[in-house]
Amino acid sequence: MSIRGVEINIQGLGYRYSSRGNPTFSNLKLQARRGEALAIIGRSGCGKSTLLHIVAGLNRPTEGTIEFDGKKVDGPSSRWVMMFQAPHLYPWMKVSQNVGVGLKFAGWPEKEKSERVDEALRLVELQDYADVSVQDLSGGQQQRVALARSLVMEPELLLLDEPFSALDAFTRASLQRDVRSIAKKLGFNLIIVTHDIDEAVLMADRAVIMAGAPGKIMDEIEVGLPDPRQRQDPAVQAMRSRLMEAFHTAAQVAGGAKGGTEAEVDTETESVTQHA
Amino acid sequence: MSNEATSGAASAAGVTGNAGTRFALAASRGAVNFTLGLVVLAILWSIGGSMIAANPKTANFAGFGLMPTLQAFPELWNLGKLQAAAYASGYRLGSGLIIAVLIGVPVGIIMGRVEWFRKLTHSPFQLLRMISPLSWMPIAVFVFKAWDDSIVFLIAFASVWPVIYQTAAGLSKVDPAWFKVARNLGATPLQMLTQIILPAISFDIVTGIRLALGVAWVVLVPAELLGVTSGLGYAIKDARETLSYDHLTAMVLTIGIIGYALDTVCAQLIKKFSWHRGDA
Repeated sequence: MSIRGVEINIQGLGYRYSSRGNPTFSNLKLQARRGEALAIIGRSGCGKSTLLHIVAGLNRPTEGTIEFDGKKVDGPSSRWVMMFQAPHLYPWMKVSQNVGVGLKFAGWPEKEKSERVDEALRLVELQDYADVSVQDLSGGQQQRVALARSLVMEPELLLLDEPFSALDAFTRASLQRDVRSIAKKLGFNLIIVTHDIDEAVLMADRAVIMAGAPGKIMDEIEVGLPDPRQRQDPAVQAMRSRLMEAFHTAAQVAGGAKGGTEAEVDTETESVTQHA
Repeated sequence: MSNEATSGAASAAGVTGNAGTRFALAASRGAVNFTLGLVVLAILWSIGGSMIAANPKTANFAGFGLMPTLQAFPELWNLGKLQAAAYASGYRLGSGLIIAVLIGVPVGIIMGRVEWFRKLTHSPFQLLRMISPLSWMPIAVFVFKAWDDSIVFLIAFASVWPVIYQTAAGLSKVDPAWFKVARNLGATPLQMLTQIILPAISFDIVTGIRLALGVAWVVLVPAELLGVTSGLGYAIKDARETLSYDHLTAMVLTIGIIGYALDTVCAQLIKKFSWHRGDA
């Protein structure tokens, strides 16, 4: 399995939930290199999940364009696949059927589909679970099935909407490491939306900080750390501090404009929360 | 990679073994309860029948007893009355139910998916649903030339509501993210219907059919008391008019047996289609 990533070019992007409502964000500009892992961090309500849904083609922007390799994105496609906060597996299907459901939609012959599914299950280390009901799996295993379901499509871009936030710390750490290593091994792009600064440092090549309402991109920071990344590594800790500082600055600038909104960091969960 | 990916396989075989033993125990308990319940019913029926036969004032109705009823079965079978009546009723029931499912499932899916349609249809559907199906009989006879068609219409009309509402209720419980995931993975609208919606709500559809079957069976017999010259309802009326009480109770018992068998088939189908843990 070998995948080519995409060059992403987002220009003047804007979105409103209703024609009379305030924009969630407007005039957003963002680029990503081929095979780059991009983390979008920001407090709730800044529009980062909405941005991800629009990039996935699940929502239509009210203004602006998104281009992958110079071609405009105008809907969902198996070339760019999204992983959600919960795995949302189909409980009446076995693990292998869940993983192969996208290939079934695409009309793949059974033999080729089965080979591709086996390969994806090996990548996420669930090869022994092909015939098991997904209802018999743990939360972490289910999220691995969701990852395999995305990987089997050989996407050029994998979009992750806080995909590990419901998992325990150990499972989350192993999935963060595995998703990055698989993405780098196969060569596809990642866009990760997260509240978790550590997740951004461990998974991304570059972090984009969003803040404000309507949301704006306040800062972009190259993470540029070698792999494998360890949480306790001083370089990782230093980057975490830098991102945290940038996040505070962005929140203060956006908060100043909106009249005193302030972002704080929950030191126990190492995630960013907002207090008005 | 983590150990959690490989932690459950070893226990799977043990769980399967225990489940097999539990299933066997539950099945044998079920068989005992089934037999015991029928034996109690038979004893009560026998006592009642004996009391009727022993009393000179009611002795003419001794045919209602258990033994005369059981003895009537071979006679009715040899005459071909039982098969003919069951076939005629089965044809009407099956036709009515098929129409109810063909209309009820699509309408239920639209109700579950399209809010304005659900709101628009609420009042007329509730109004129509609350009208006793048999009260449509004069209109049905007027509209349809054949009595058979009238009865099929009544059965379809009575049984379409459980199918519609159970299908709609099933769809409203479906995780909306399943649709989003399917769309994200390139599902066409037809694939969304056949591979996501229908498997997701198959349990609810079959439950609706089971409820519809109960309603249809209840409507069928009184409908056959009017006009037609075949079917289980007609056979009961005919037996009453010829004072063949043993035949009458044999037909009543046949209705119960067929209804019970059909309900059991539906219950098995519900188990087969259910993906909810704990339903099986």
